[in-house]
Amino acid sequence: MTDQAVEREVGRARLRKEDARLVTGQTMWTDNITVPGLLHLAFLRSPMAHARVERIDVSPALRRPGVVAAFSGRDLADGLGSLPCAWPVTEDMVLPAHPPLAVDEVRHAGDPVAVVVARDRYAAADALEAIEVDYEPLPPVMDLEAALAEDAPLVHSDKGTNRAYVWPFEAGEDYETVRQRADVVLTRRYEQQRLIPNAMEPRAVVVTPLAASGEYTVYSATQIPHILRVMLSTVTGVPEHKLRVVAPDVGGGFGSKLQVYGEEAVALAVARKLGRPVKWTESRSEGYLATHHGRGMIQDIEIAATREGKLLGLKVDLLADMGAYLMLVTPGVPILGAFMYPAIYKMDAYAFTCTGVFTTKTPTDAYRGAGRPEATYAIERIMDELAAELGLDPVELRRRNWIRHEEFPYTSIAGLTYDSGNYEAATDKALALFGYDALRAEQRERIERGDRVLLGIGVSTYTEMCGLAPSRVLRDLRYSAGGWEAASIRMLPTGKVEVVTGTSPHGQGHVTSWSQIAADVLGVPFEDVEVVHGDTQAAPQGMDTYGSRSLVVGGAAVHRAAQKVVDKARKVAAHLLEAGEDDLEFKGGVFSVKGSPEARKTIQEVAFATFTSHDVPDGMEPTLNAEHVLDPENFSYPHGTHLCAVEVDTETGHTRIRSYVCVDDVGRVVNPMIVEGQVHGGLAQGIAQALYEEAVYDAEGNLVSGTMADYLVPSAADLPEFVTDRTETPATSNPLGVKGVGEAGTIASTPAVVNAIVDALRPLGVRDVRMPCTPERVWQAIRAARKEAAA
Amino acid sequence: MIPPAFDYVRPAGLDEAVRALADAGEDAKVLAGGQSLLPLLRLRLAFPDLVVDIGRIPGLRGVREEDGRLVIGALTTHHEVMRDPLVRRHAGLLAQATATVADPAVRHRGTLGGSLVHADPAGDLPAVALALDAELVAVGPGGRRTIPAGAFFADYLQSTLAPDELLVEIRVPKREGWGFRYEKFHRVAQSWAMVGVAALVRRENGHVAEARIGLTNMGATPLRATAAEEALGGAGDAEAVARAARLAAEGTRPSQDASASPEYRAHLARVLTERAVLAAAGMG
Repeated sequence: MTDQAVEREVGRARLRKEDARLVTGQTMWTDNITVPGLLHLAFLRSPMAHARVERIDVSPALRRPGVVAAFSGRDLADGLGSLPCAWPVTEDMVLPAHPPLAVDEVRHAGDPVAVVVARDRYAAADALEAIEVDYEPLPPVMDLEAALAEDAPLVHSDKGTNRAYVWPFEAGEDYETVRQRADVVLTRRYEQQRLIPNAMEPRAVVVTPLAASGEYTVYSATQIPHILRVMLSTVTGVPEHKLRVVAPDVGGGFGSKLQVYGEEAVALAVARKLGRPVKWTESRSEGYLATHHGRGMIQDIEIAATREGKLLGLKVDLLADMGAYLMLVTPGVPILGAFMYPAIYKMDAYAFTCTGVFTTKTPTDAYRGAGRPEATYAIERIMDELAAELGLDPVELRRRNWIRHEEFPYTSIAGLTYDSGNYEAATDKALALFGYDALRAEQRERIERGDRVLLGIGVSTYTEMCGLAPSRVLRDLRYSAGGWEAASIRMLPTGKVEVVTGTSPHGQGHVTSWSQIAADVLGVPFEDVEVVHGDTQAAPQGMDTYGSRSLVVGGAAVHRAAQKVVDKARKVAAHLLEAGEDDLEFKGGVFSVKGSPEARKTIQEVAFATFTSHDVPDGMEPTLNAEHVLDPENFSYPHGTHLCAVEVDTETGHTRIRSYVCVDDVGRVVNPMIVEGQVHGGLAQGIAQALYEEAVYDAEGNLVSGTMADYLVPSAADLPEFVTDRTETPATSNPLGVKGVGEAGTIASTPAVVNAIVDALRPLGVRDVRMPCTPERVWQAIRAARKEAAA
Repeated sequence: MIPPAFDYVRPAGLDEAVRALADAGEDAKVLAGGQSLLPLLRLRLAFPDLVVDIGRIPGLRGVREEDGRLVIGALTTHHEVMRDPLVRRHAGLLAQATATVADPAVRHRGTLGGSLVHADPAGDLPAVALALDAELVAVGPGGRRTIPAGAFFADYLQSTLAPDELLVEIRVPKREGWGFRYEKFHRVAQSWAMVGVAALVRRENGHVAEARIGLTNMGATPLRATAAEEALGGAGDAEAVARAARLAAEGTRPSQDASASPEYRAHLARVLTERAVLAAAGMG
């Protein structure tokens, strides 16, 4: 055998192994799955935001052609428990029941009340019209502040309040005392509009029962097959060991598939009841009502500083829109943000309170960034306001307050230990790429010559916390799951490799990145590695994919497991080469004896020798396979500097992003192309919040932005060419030195864009524009400022 | 997104299509490129008993010159219209506006005739047809008739075609020596116009001799900005154009929706009219 390539895989921009099948669709999307006798489900959903279900009769649907069965919420109530909430953030949190099908009361437009089972999807959809429901309208609860009033109508009348919880947090000195010493105190209110996650693949679920043995396989377009298995077992009573959950190829999630949905539980219950396989696939407009939403907060923020621009303290009061029910991690999303408001800055006092509020709207839950974009938005917006107040350049104000490179590791006022970072390097690089000084000069020129198009520059220097771990910290946060991740390596007899991961990719490219990591450690070709994921039978142990955790926890676990394989192989190789283990070198997949390089065994040869086990060391188990479950010592803290230049047409209010530069530090990079793709997608989503997207409800609780015609998702045609670059400050909390990258772009970009718009309009007297900064809102802000200036 | 059940016929010729429509009365819908009808069906906003697919009827596609006019078959796709050399030469406004319709996928399926008959005031092409003074030729049980664009749009999503009439061609006068500009204001590239202004301007001796302005999404139907058109007569500089453009929203009744208020739409109509006319007149 010839020498194997020793070129390192980690760091190479490998094309993604999984893309050929994902982009052609010639693969196992859940909706592509079909089995003999498959029945199709359709859900009848409440047209009202809030009502009592006085009467429901599904029997007329049974007379429709092709219909096999139909069930109301009450019909299924006995076999179905409440949908789970895994993050009771306080001991006294109000946790309402959440039946998978509503029984007595509907609490948001789209709340399901009945399910039809039919021989095809068309028959199921048509039969929904036949179901008779009498609704007695109840008052909708739409406004967060009004919902907390004494006499407000209640979303859950049995709970006596719309207040789900109050979560206070204080750190450092007493905020009020610190505030007394401040020269400048600014208070602002920012609003995080509701967003709809819009994964490219809508939700879908297929359940196939094995009636004889009481076993069920659930295929679901989910981010969390492992968590779903545990939770579905709890909700339906099907024992966990009788339940196999498969996340086949999944077309995106952005957090919306980090959920245990009623439709999944109902599909399992119906398959169990009928002993027949069933399928449900959501339509886009159905998903707008029934898939959880993101964001939805009112942020009151106050910052206290000296005249020289030194931050003294920060106070944040949040109202967080829970929607109608507390779903899997609904209450915890704003709490994740609680730790991020102080961001990269040093200060003496921090006071935070979050109040969770029930409304008659679709429940909110994790959406790309989950808590951290909201925090970053508020702090980065008010930093710009403070800079303007003090007459300082916004970059300079940040420099005066950020944690300096030599101060790492640094424990932030919120108690997080940032292991590494270099804000100076990322910022300097970004400013140079952006041409900051030239743009500032152009900005002044445009103002001076009275140009109707003004230029604005927005700054966002962010950090975030991702890869939620270690598990004991999650316990302190009252989060019900652990933060570990599992990986195992199977060395096949021919020297090919299967990596089994507990992560569950839905677009992130784990198959490629994990192959690169394993190939380097094992010294095998990239092409010789396959990655097994997303099936509780094939990859039984895992914590799944969300919160930018997969590489920093799961990828690192792959690395450790592969090292264990090499350790085992070394024992076998030493035995075969009749040398001591310490006398062996391992490089490029070859064990050789130091000083006599002709005495060598490739790892493939060792794999085969272990397979036959004709001659392995005494007492050694005849396998090279190894697993590792990694519980990291800390979160990972990517950071970076984003700069956005916008041109605002002051006549129409139209904003055009002229240039966008970001320099991110995500530690060591496994695959730069995947990292860049994550950054691009993240930027698009963050810019979308700043400029385009908003889930709009009317006063009665109808979702007005009910289709993509009204909920505006930008395309490449609407976005600028991104200039992306990186600095590389390795994380010290994992063996690969990597940091998460899945959410960074989304977290950083929203305030950069809005800061730029406000910066452009500040000479006219504009201090804020509510998101999304639609042309009309920008125009109205200009008009209001001009009126104020004239008065 | 499952449409309600309907019957489907695909007539081979015009007579057969007209007969099918006449037999079905109000309960039939015509399917051309499907870019407006299919979403309505899938959202269950339309419940026809019968869908008459005219997509394979010969002779309804393509552009030709006849009696000094362009004759555009109703089934000519947006993509074909915007690339057609005759359209580009003699009706540049139509080519320019068509290029802004939705996205390439829609433009390859959607048809000029379909988007006119759909009569969506937010569609780009109805206002362009008004500005161009196009004529629409329909075939029904009683034969052919020609309808001026100004008499074609009856109300929101309603043309003056009878249920058993089929639009077959669009006749566009050649506009030699006219400048043009379609100013479309929309939030994302593939979304409908919040407001659009289609301007045609003829200049004489450096002054505006004649202006024709169509407004997209300023009421239940596409509209002409007649007050502004009149005021533009004789305008010789940018200031005069700006003054006239202030009348662009006169007589309009723009709607309120999630993306804009009537007040803002009226403001946009004025700003965009000024910009479109200046560009069309080469004064910008």
